[in-house]
Amino acid sequence: MLWIVKNLWLIPALPLVAAGLSALAKQPCKKFASSLAILSMAGALVLSCIAFKAALAHSGSGEAANQIFNFRWFQFGASEADWVRIGWLLNRLTAVMLVMVSFVSLLIFIYSTGYMAHDENFTRFFCFLSLFAAAMLGLIIANSLLLFFICWELVGLTSYLLIGFWYHKPSAAAAAKKAFITTRIGDLAFLLGMVWLYAQTGTLLFYDQGHGCLEQSALATLTAQTTVFRLTVAGGIGLLIFLGAVGKSGQVPLHVWLPDAMEGPTPVSALIHAATMVAAGVFLVARVYPIVSASPDWFVGVAPALKVVTWVGVITAVFAATIAVAQNDIKRILAYSTVSQLGFMMMGLGVGGVAVGMFHLITHAFFKALLFMGAGSVIHGCHEEQDIRCMGGLRKFMPVTFATYAIGMMALCGVPLFFSGFWSKDEILHHAHLWSVSRWPFYLGAFGAFLTAFYMTRQVFHVFFGNCRLELGRTTGSEQHTVAHGGEPASEHPHSELPPQPHESPASMTLPLVILAVFSILLGFIGTPAWPWFQKFLEGQVATMNMSRLAEPEVLHLMLVSSVIVFIGIGLGWWLYGRKSIANANELDVLERVRPDIFHLLRNKYYIDEIYEWAFVGLNKRWAQACAILDDLIVSGLVHLIAYVIVGLSWISKTVDDEVVNKGFDEGCHGVSTGAGWLSRLQDGRVQNYLRVIGVALIVLVLFLLWGCKG
Amino acid sequence: MTPLAGYLLLSSFLFAIGLAGALTRRNGILVLIGIELMLNAANLNFIAFWRFGPNPEMLKGIIFVLFSIGVAAAEAAVGLALIIAIYRHYRTTNVEKMNSMKG
Repeated sequence: MLWIVKNLWLIPALPLVAAGLSALAKQPCKKFASSLAILSMAGALVLSCIAFKAALAHSGSGEAANQIFNFRWFQFGASEADWVRIGWLLNRLTAVMLVMVSFVSLLIFIYSTGYMAHDENFTRFFCFLSLFAAAMLGLIIANSLLLFFICWELVGLTSYLLIGFWYHKPSAAAAAKKAFITTRIGDLAFLLGMVWLYAQTGTLLFYDQGHGCLEQSALATLTAQTTVFRLTVAGGIGLLIFLGAVGKSGQVPLHVWLPDAMEGPTPVSALIHAATMVAAGVFLVARVYPIVSASPDWFVGVAPALKVVTWVGVITAVFAATIAVAQNDIKRILAYSTVSQLGFMMMGLGVGGVAVGMFHLITHAFFKALLFMGAGSVIHGCHEEQDIRCMGGLRKFMPVTFATYAIGMMALCGVPLFFSGFWSKDEILHHAHLWSVSRWPFYLGAFGAFLTAFYMTRQVFHVFFGNCRLELGRTTGSEQHTVAHGGEPASEHPHSELPPQPHESPASMTLPLVILAVFSILLGFIGTPAWPWFQKFLEGQVATMNMSRLAEPEVLHLMLVSSVIVFIGIGLGWWLYGRKSIANANELDVLERVRPDIFHLLRNKYYIDEIYEWAFVGLNKRWAQACAILDDLIVSGLVHLIAYVIVGLSWISKTVDDEVVNKGFDEGCHGVSTGAGWLSRLQDGRVQNYLRVIGVALIVLVLFLLWGCKG
Repeated sequence: MTPLAGYLLLSSFLFAIGLAGALTRRNGILVLIGIELMLNAANLNFIAFWRFGPNPEMLKGIIFVLFSIGVAAAEAAVGLALIIAIYRHYRTTNVEKMNSMKG
């Protein structure tokens, strides 16, 4: 066994140690915390590259491609079988994800040193970020669903902590709670699936020399039984685990938390809510793909769980893309775009298998991180302005950001040939086209691609072209017009001391942008139909260069179709938003003028939040109120009753004590004291009185004796 | 009336005088004198009972009285010394004032 397989734990351990150390560091130790985090991440990247090389060198396909290292963790019963075992797994999927996560994390760490430079909680930020990286890397290397789940929850925790990083903002605190609770719903299903899987197979290890839950023997038992709706047990478990992925990856209907998560700092949005953590759901499905896709031998066609994955993905892809068309917040557009792209990945997993979905995951991680960091740079340069209606013309002020953002935008839209998004999305559409169940995923996916091109063009024209509308100085998120100040000096304006002009961001922010931009272009070429190295690598085959595959009629037609779709989208975007520049930030959107009803529906995200608020939150509230009343009436009543009884008893006890015991004692003491007083009068200190008593006694005695004698 | 009864009457009279003196006088020295009188009444009784008793030839009574007088002298000395000490302390010999042993 290779050294790296045994010591794969070092990769997450490095950032974990960094997180621990920076948690101990004092607040002003900014340099220490950031350099520690970056160094640990660089170390993790180096180790990841070694692991990648090991995976590359390891021959064999299918289950032979897995290099595992399992060990016993703890025992919960007497017998040998009751050992809980966990372990590391190095296969191609792991290796690819490891390199991607540690690379993107490293770049975003570097970017954060610039973006968060002025934040007073800088150390805390890097502590959380390192903790996140540790959990995410741990999740990738896990060879046990249990270990996977632990890390899964840990990334959820760090996501919560980082969304609520500016917890003094009520909206951020609410968004953090929303994210945590919404993903918890999915996690519950995940946990149930995990328990069910353990009950069925008795192991949670993925691969264990033929005994793991993803291996043939376990899958055979899982597919042998059926449950409700003639679903196999494997399908049921797969669906439950997929629900966990739905929560984490923001798929419909649990997508609501992801756009709100943009309340966190932008590097967090880029790292966690675009590139890595939300992709963990897709990765999870890819990891347990054997279970999700398992079907018994007699079954012909696509496994039902896989169909569900596909349809949820398709619906999410289109649904979120339509919402993104009507948003104005630069980060929210990207957030909905992320949801939509995650839908594409799920769809890719559903229709085309692990390689297709994972390819889009990797390319998306790069260009979406690029876009988010570009958006962060824009926000930074515009002094925390996030409304795209108030930007414009930033091309002149921020050339580097503009150039890299444009590359990211074209990669996301899928501009043909030179951008990675084109190849990965094309791959998904290609497989959707070939899908045996239905053609609809293909049509809807194509529509989603069109919408993607459209809303990204809208955003880019709003932000980078036209004239700069920033001087209008609308404060973010409110309808106040500081223009109304007229000639008088705008002393109340929060940014009055800052130069009104937007400015380019520092090198620590632009450098990662440039690197990511380069990768956004290059990554596409490892997965083209001509040289599908990535797909073949994941499947454990050797890719061959074959240009003629590009010219196959089906491939060529699809490429042409998707190119046309993309160009229509971009063209429409230009026609509506770029042809004549937007002059005024308050001007109505072009689409709003045409169809205000639909536009408002989209602007308000199909009122999903309101529906949830009304249906679930409201119901919950009413239920809670009912419970509170019940609690007040019955439980509190009972408690109060008992309390009153006890108070009464103690009152009686007190009275008895006061009146009988104390008074009696007092009276006794008083009597003794009075008697003693009386007696003490006898002893008045005058000797003669004593003598008198003696004399009287003597006389009495004498008389008594005399009387006695007579008697 | 026998001679013994006469003596006993005399000694009773003497005792009564002594008792009255001891009870009524305010001056400590006079109280002491009263006590001496009562003691002497007792001495007189001793002599009288011895003289008119069954065998007067033995000197029991006289020896008793001699002892008694010796003890009385010692007692008088102690009593006077106490009176002087008290006088030095309180600047008075009035026994009414000396009630510091009051309970």
